[in-house]
Amino acid sequence: MESVICQSAANPSFLSAEGFVGLIFLLTVGIIIFGAVIATMSRRLVRCVAGLALCFTGVAGVYYFLLSPFIAMMQMLIYVGAVSILIAFAIMMAEPEDHSGRSIKGSVLASPFGFSIGALFFAALSILALKTEWQSFPKQGSGDIEQLGKALLTTHTMVFELISIVLLMAIIGALVLARKGRS
Amino acid sequence: MSILNLYNCLEPYLVIGALLFGFGIYGLVARKTVIGMLIASELVLAGSSVNFMAFNRFLAPNPTIGQLFTLFIMAIAAAEAAIAISIVVAVYRNYKSIDTEDLVDLQG
Repeated sequence: MESVICQSAANPSFLSAEGFVGLIFLLTVGIIIFGAVIATMSRRLVRCVAGLALCFTGVAGVYYFLLSPFIAMMQMLIYVGAVSILIAFAIMMAEPEDHSGRSIKGSVLASPFGFSIGALFFAALSILALKTEWQSFPKQGSGDIEQLGKALLTTHTMVFELISIVLLMAIIGALVLARKGRS
Repeated sequence: MSILNLYNCLEPYLVIGALLFGFGIYGLVARKTVIGMLIASELVLAGSSVNFMAFNRFLAPNPTIGQLFTLFIMAIAAAEAAIAISIVVAVYRNYKSIDTEDLVDLQG
């Protein structure tokens, strides 16, 4: 493969530090795949949420490999710490009691149909990623937290304010929706 | 390109993103409960975030843009999860079920 963009073309051995880092990367990818399989194929919703948290932990590790420890920390805080717990609370409130294998759709067609659609998307995106001749540009700046904060409060101030309004509306809307039926 | 040097290359990250996206699409189609579909949609969002971060590290000239995109995706995903779960609670209160096959009042 000629079009592969690699930052270093070394061929590290298993015993060197780079080889160990590569092993940890493979472990992270394994955690992601394992978590995603549990999250989509488990019959009980509680196990799905546990798989989702595991998968998000692996994604945080991938963010660490992509030189963004701040985003990795936010991933752990927001997804693993908040969203998964929120979904777990919803399951505790609303999970139906019968687990007679009805978690995957009862129709014979739905599961193979969904599997083929997902596999098709995965194959198409992977082929696209591997076949394209990616072009790299010279870097301006390092992308650390200082530059992130400056960009957030100068160039992207409008988006920052809009996302605050969206979050405020989400809070109010969630309160209104969840309170409505309560007498 | 050896298997231990994969973390320095762009394509493995894109394949991971595609994998998460494919799992999410499968879950969205095949899941029977609303909460299961919400979990699958979170996987789709995680896949797109991984793609943004990969392009941010390897291709983009300014390495803050992709990180900001990922932060905004996280904020949108948190808001979406909160709204979706309050809707699930409201639906459960009315129908006593979160199965998608029970929520067919508009089917006529």
